[in-house]
Parts: sequence; structure tokens; C-alpha cells
Amino acid sequence: MEGCMAFDKELNLEATELRLGLPGIKESEKQPSSTIKSNKRAFPNMDEKSCGSKDSSKASHAQKCNQEIASPSKAQVVGWPPVRSYRKNCFQAKTMEAEAAGVYLKVSMDGAPYLRKIDLKIYKGYPELLKALEDMFKFSMGEYSESEGYNNGSEFVPTYEDKDGDWMLVGDVPWDMFISSCKRLRIMKGSEARGLGCAV
Amino acid sequence: MNYFPDEVLEHVFDFVASHRDRNAVSLVCRLWHRVERLSRQRVFVGNCYALSPEILIARFPGLKSLTLKGKPHFADFNLVPHDWGGYVQPWIEALSNSRIGLEELRLKRMVVSDESLELLSRSLANFKSLVLVSCEGFTTVGLAAIAANCRFLRELDLQENEIDDHSGHWLSCFPDSCTSLISLNFACLKGEINLAALERLVARSPNLRSLRLNRAVPLETLQNILMRAPQLVDLGTGSYIHDPDSETYNKLKHTILKCKSIRNLSGFLEVAPRCLPAIYPICLNLTSLNLSYAAGIHGSELVKLIRRCAKLQRLWILDCIGDKGLEVVASTCKELQELRVFPSDVLGVGHAAVTENGLVAISAGCPKLHSLLYFCQQMTNAALIVVAKNCPNFIRFRLCILEPTKPDPVTMQPLDDGFGAIVQSCKHLRRLSLSGLLTDRVFLYIGMYAEQLEMLSVAFAGDSDKGMLYVLNGCKKLRKLEIRDCPYGDKALLTDVGKYETMRSLWMSSCEVTLGGCKTLAKEMPRLNVEIINEHDQMEIGSEEQRVEKMYLYRTLVGPRKDAPEFVWTL
Repeated sequence: MEGCMAFDKELNLEATELRLGLPGIKESEKQPSSTIKSNKRAFPNMDEKSCGSKDSSKASHAQKCNQEIASPSKAQVVGWPPVRSYRKNCFQAKTMEAEAAGVYLKVSMDGAPYLRKIDLKIYKGYPELLKALEDMFKFSMGEYSESEGYNNGSEFVPTYEDKDGDWMLVGDVPWDMFISSCKRLRIMKGSEARGLGCAV
Repeated sequence: MNYFPDEVLEHVFDFVASHRDRNAVSLVCRLWHRVERLSRQRVFVGNCYALSPEILIARFPGLKSLTLKGKPHFADFNLVPHDWGGYVQPWIEALSNSRIGLEELRLKRMVVSDESLELLSRSLANFKSLVLVSCEGFTTVGLAAIAANCRFLRELDLQENEIDDHSGHWLSCFPDSCTSLISLNFACLKGEINLAALERLVARSPNLRSLRLNRAVPLETLQNILMRAPQLVDLGTGSYIHDPDSETYNKLKHTILKCKSIRNLSGFLEVAPRCLPAIYPICLNLTSLNLSYAAGIHGSELVKLIRRCAKLQRLWILDCIGDKGLEVVASTCKELQELRVFPSDVLGVGHAAVTENGLVAISAGCPKLHSLLYFCQQMTNAALIVVAKNCPNFIRFRLCILEPTKPDPVTMQPLDDGFGAIVQSCKHLRRLSLSGLLTDRVFLYIGMYAEQLEMLSVAFAGDSDKGMLYVLNGCKKLRKLEIRDCPYGDKALLTDVGKYETMRSLWMSSCEVTLGGCKTLAKEMPRLNVEIINEHDQMEIGSEEQRVEKMYLYRTLVGPRKDAPEFVWTL
């Protein structure tokens, strides 16, 4: 910490000075550092112990370590921010729960004898999901476009039932909204899908 | 006054309620000391190691209510190792062996075992009230003993404890004859609850005023409970999730209309925001609202709720309310006295959602504000100066800027002037927590102006020993000082050793004090316990120059404690 070395010097200079000035009187120049003081003790090497009080899942630990590298000034300091461990544990538990629970949905395909189940949580976005569906059911659905849905004359179109019970075309809404509103998936035969965003 | 019989003195002293005043009364003369101590019923012990149970029992034979605090405050933030101490067992043993008819026990930051709870429940026949805050070491087995054996139990209040949950069986241990419950708070329990037993308990507790449920209690049960207990004044919901189109939810809406007495609302540990309208009818009556665990309520839902709470005096929320949300609070809650804004990102690596703007808005809209805990992303001197002007009545002002040593982002200056304005303007300030970039100057201001200051928390601040000395010299009423990661060394520690006997305790961690300095202090002040926490075994007994990582000192009547673990050295 730059203050540490500076203070040694200052101690000698100012040790005999009685300065109880009124507020507003400028003291001898101290550079207010705009850079964060890197107190080597304040930001110790991050070991398991300093990253919160309970064992974090590997994912969040890796995430924290990435953040350390990215911005050392925001690195995790033991006991900071000063929030009771009970409260910290409550919130960590909540995020861990959210991370752990999968979102399993039924997927049906017109003409297939039985349904499948997939965990939406493992996909990061539409491309991955659609690819997985194509692999699972051995079909192809073509390119998505907002105006025309899944064109190129594919036989099958991915649809889903939302919270209100309506059947929607997969891909129209942002991924996060889709995950939270999707109740089941159905891969519809193209002929039935007319009118679901397949223009003309 | 010598001509008055003792009974008259005692009667007069009955009107003297506060601990401080009674302590003062007891110092006047021997007679007053005797009358006071024989008539004293409520005793507050801020540090359980400052005296022994035997001393307490000998002095106050009429003791009915005891409050004990154990670990130092920074234990809340994992700075104190697990087995440091703070055991309640010796106190309960001593009380159970005495003739004291203790009725109420309030513990904070203490280690409470099931054995202690069982002993308490079996030996204190008239026991009525147990309040445990931030304690640990017990399980639902201990709770079962309390439920089963305390025949006149009125209050069981568990706040933010770490409890091992072995089963929801403990609730069934309240006998059918137990009808005296006034207050029951088990929100911090993590496990399942016997719902039927809970409903039966509520049904046979006509005096129940305060009930705080845990996550395991679903909305259906809440509905049933409120039907039976419309007289509740304080309600903490458990899981508040249901289909808003359901029969149950509809019933809840009607039931809540009858709960006209509810003034405190908390919980919502899990919540479906679409079910919130059910509580709208009671919002206008609320004086206290704690949504600091309700991560599921945010944005417009949160604001809609708050707009209805015009009579709020106390509000605890998460920072996801944002500055805009705080503006709504400022324009709605004109009676607000206490505000706590907690970080929703507790790991502190993200961005907090509130800044100085939210605080300024609050200070402008809520002139009665006197207690603040505010976790924020940034703060400016200009904002603090405005806040100081708008709210000169602060008693508690705790500001936590999430990034340590962050300066005023507009001027890049330290926040000395801002905090200086606060201490200068708020003449009744008793508690202060600092954060952000700070030099010695802020401590100069604190020493000069904070005449009523009793507790100060400092982290990553100051440039030299002068900072700490300004505070020790200037703050005559200082009782607790806790410091971490500041450049204060032996000179600051040793300049005024007598000061520490006027204080309850001093905590210093990651500062510059050395083993030699601490030893010198311990030698000069035999009535202090100077404890060094040597966690990772990094200290050697020999070398005096080595820095001490954690030091905790406190005044005491009974010398070094006998229950200190190996890693705690009392010098």
C-alpha cells in the first residue's frame, strides 16, 4: 500500500507538529490516489477460505477467480463487504439452488411413438437447443428468420406451449424469457405449422 | 435521602428504567447501590467475559431478565475463528444452581448448545422468554426441550441463527396445555416443519401477537393461520408462492382483510410477485417492512408495494430497489426513521444498484430519518454534505461503499469532508461506520465533533497513527472501536492506555500493531484482557516485532478467561 511507505516518512516529519487545524485548512499535500491502494494485506492471496463462508460450487469459484484476474481491486477480501454470514449464506444458497435445479421439459414430435425430456438449463441459447433437438429426433428444421419462421421448406417446425397455454414458435422471444415461460416443446409437422410465422 | 426507608427509594428507582441510568444510580452511595441492586430485575451484559456469572448472581439476586453478548462484532463477517468462545453454558449452569428465578434470556453472538437449552428448560421453572440473535451451536433438539419443558413460555424468537435442523418435530413438543405464546419466530430454520402441529399451536395461542414463519410453510398454511390469528401484529411469511387464480389465494385475500392489526411485515423468502396484491390492503397500516430476504420482489412490483406503505417507520430492503425506487420511498414514506439497504450481490464483485443519488433523495424526503445502513456502489462528498444538512438527527450512520478505498468518483477526492459534515451536523450521533477512501483528516473531524459517539467501525482508512489518536483523544463517550486494515501501530495503541478501561472493547486486525506493543499494553493494564488470535499458527512467542494479525482487548473484572482455545493468547 503506497500509504504504508509514505506514512513512515511522514511520521518523522510531522511527528512534532501540533496540527489541529479547523476543517477546511488544507494539510500538506497528500496525493489522493485515484488508483486503488493495493494494500498487500488487504487483498491476500485468494484461497478457498476467503471466498465466502461456505463451500461454493466449482462454477462460482471459477467465476470468482476469473473476476480476480480481471480486476484485482474488486478481489474478494475476507469479511468484505460486511454482511452477516447468515445473510450471505441465504443468498448463496439461493443462487446455488437456481444453478443446480434443471428445467426438464417434455418434447414431443408429431409421428414419433414416444416423447423425450430435455433439460433446458444446459443450453445457452437457441442454436444449441435447436441443434440438440435435431440430433435427438433426427430431422432438420432450417434457418430461423423473424418474418418467415423456419423456412427452406423443412418438414418440421419447433414450437412450444407457454404459460398461458398458447403454442408459440421457438425463437421469437429472448432466450431468458423463453426458458421461464416454456412449459413443453412440440416439433410440429410443417403442414400444420402454416400460420405460425410461416409467412405467405 | 438517608431518612427515607428503603422501600421509598426502591419505588423511586422503579421509574428509572434504562440500564445506564440504573448503573449511574448505583454509583451514588452505598445505600443507593444496595437498594438498586436488590431491586434490579433487568441486566444487560455487553461482553460476557467482562464478569463472571457468580459476580452477577451475587449482585442481583432479583434478576429476571438477562441480556448477554459474546463474540466481537466482526465475528459476523467471519473475522473471528469458529471456536473463539462465547459459550452460554457456564451462565446457565450458574443460574440453575442459584435461587434466581430467571424469566428472560437474550443472547447475541453466543455459542449455545442443545445441552444448555435443555438445562435451561429443566431448571428455570418460570422461564418465559428466549431470544437468540446470531447464535450457533444448537439444533432443533434443543428447541424441542424448550418447547416441551417451559410451561409458561411466552416468547421464542430466533433471529438469523445457524441452526442444525434435524426435523420439524420440535413444534409438536409444545404440550396441548401450552397456550401462553405471544411471540414465535423460526424464520431462520432451514428444514421442514410439521404444519399441522403449527396450525394447532396457533389455534390454542389466543395471545399470539408475533409470528414469523420459515420457508417450509406454504401459502395454504399461512391462510389457515391467519384465519385463526387475525389479531397478529407482526407477521413474517414463509413461502409466498401460489397460483393467483386459485381458491387458496382467493381465500387468503379475504382473510387478510380481517388482519387489521398487522404493523410489521417480513419474510417473502420465496415469492410469486403476482400474489402480492393480497397484502395491499394491510400496507397502509404497516410501520415496519422487511423485504431484505425477498430477492423475488423487484422492479415495478416492489415499487407498487412501497407506494402503499405511507406510514412506514422502518424499511429494510435490497439494493435492487435502485435509486429510482428510493425516490419512491422518499416521496411515500414521510415517517421513515430507519432505513437499511442491503446488497443483493453479497459477494461484492458486481455493481450495487444504489448510489449517492438514492441517499440524497431519501434525506430530502424523510426528515425523521435517524438510523441508516446503506450499501452502495459509490458516494460523493457533495451528497454527504447535503444528507448531513437534510438529516441532522442521525443516531446511527453506517455507510458501506462496496469497493474498499473508493474515492469520490466525481472529484477523485477522499470522503473526509463528507463524513466530516455528517459528524459536525449530527450532534446525537452514537454509531458510525466509515468506508471509501479516507485520510487522517476524517478522524480529526470525528475527534472534534462526534461528542456522543459510542461505536466506530473503520476499514481500509487513514494514513498514520494520528488517525486513531484523534479518535481516542476526542471521543469521550467511545465504547467500542473496531478497526481492520488500517496503518495504526504501537504508537497509536500505547499513547493513552487508560482510555481502554473506559471502553467496552477494541478490535484491531490487519493493522500495524506488534506483539511487543500488545505485551506492553497488557503489562500496563492488568484489568484488560489483551487477546491475540493466532489462527494459522504464524506467530512465534519470541519475536516482539512481528505484526499481530488480530487483536481483541476488553476490560474485565475477572482476568484471562479459562475457556480460550489454543489459538487465542491472552497476554
